Amino acid sequence: MNRFYVVLTVLAVVLGVSVFALLKTGGGAPAAAAGPPPSVADDGFRGYSLGQESAPVEITEYLDFECPVCATFATVQMPTIREQLINTGRVRWRFRDYPLPVHKYSRFSAHAAQCAGAQGRYFEMQDQLFEHHQWAQTGKDPSNLFRTFAQAGGVDLKAYDGCMESGKYAQRIEYSRQEGEKALVDGTPTFFANGTKLFTSLRRLPNSDDFKAAVDSIIAHSPSSPKPAARPAHR
Amino acid sequence: MRYRQTIAVLALVGLFVALYLWLHALGFGGAIKCGASGGCEVVQTSPWAVFLGLPVAFYGVVGYLALLVVALAGLRPVALADRKWNVMLVGLATVGILFTAYLTYVELFVIHAICRWCIGSALIITLIWIVALAALRRPFAAPSPPTSPETRTGPVA
Repeated sequence: MNRFYVVLTVLAVVLGVSVFALLKTGGGAPAAAAGPPPSVADDGFRGYSLGQESAPVEITEYLDFECPVCATFATVQMPTIREQLINTGRVRWRFRDYPLPVHKYSRFSAHAAQCAGAQGRYFEMQDQLFEHHQWAQTGKDPSNLFRTFAQAGGVDLKAYDGCMESGKYAQRIEYSRQEGEKALVDGTPTFFANGTKLFTSLRRLPNSDDFKAAVDSIIAHSPSSPKPAARPAHR
Repeated sequence: MRYRQTIAVLALVGLFVALYLWLHALGFGGAIKCGASGGCEVVQTSPWAVFLGLPVAFYGVVGYLALLVVALAGLRPVALADRKWNVMLVGLATVGILFTAYLTYVELFVIHAICRWCIGSALIITLIWIVALAALRRPFAAPSPPTSPETRTGPVA
């Protein structure tokens, strides 16, 4: 065989192996952001929130970005809740992470939201993750797609990449999960109003009317609660 | 012959560069390996990364594969003296370089991001074009007949 063809064949094999290795190791969900951290620390962060600080009711939602019910709730119920309860100053809504172990990319998606949040884009990333929830059904590594989401949400990708690679918020997410565990969160989404678990006997996903009733009841039984002014929610 | 061999080697390298980008566009592997700039991701996820419904990298795979096949076909002993293979290589390389020029313009002035893999591919197709032109301009000599033992000069053992 001509020497040239031998060289060409060897080159083809080397290049083929290189491409395979690049695809195999290229990017992917960084372990630091995708897995549980070796230790946990409280950095004082208690979740991103919507609504006024003076709102008489604070609802805390423990969510998992890979959970389809959370996505349904965020896209179907949340717009009405925002309009009727949050924007009217009656409720402040706090989001806490509760990555479920059955979901492969729960922590990774929570981390993506936190990294976007570090740039003031948490809610933009949350919208992207929930509105394009097909990523959770494919089982494919979503790291590439999340970068596209981040970009669409106005996140600076260079800082985002550094944040994801370092797993900067892995401990924060684990702290939130442990906090939820102590509060007896048993699935996602789970809601608390002023620290009390809601809808414990409800056998379906709560809707905006359920929240309105719960909030009305809490306000009615709190004579000292101030009457908040109707102002748009702060995001 | 050296020109066509050079083009074959360059086309093979370009083929694997395009193959990597194409497979990535199809969703294989994770985030593209591109350094910390993120330029590849910006380019690959832009609307200009798809041309006529197919990832741009797919056209790269087809183009480099065509160049490789033509260069190898032109390396067959019966084709070595045939100039038409050089014409075909120049034609293919010209189409490639024009398409690359368009994509590089889009990167620089529309997307405002640079993908290192795309730059690598642009360099490869430019080199192929230069080599193909040089091969075309080179005067062709008629192939000399094989030397028989009787016409050998020098001492005979």
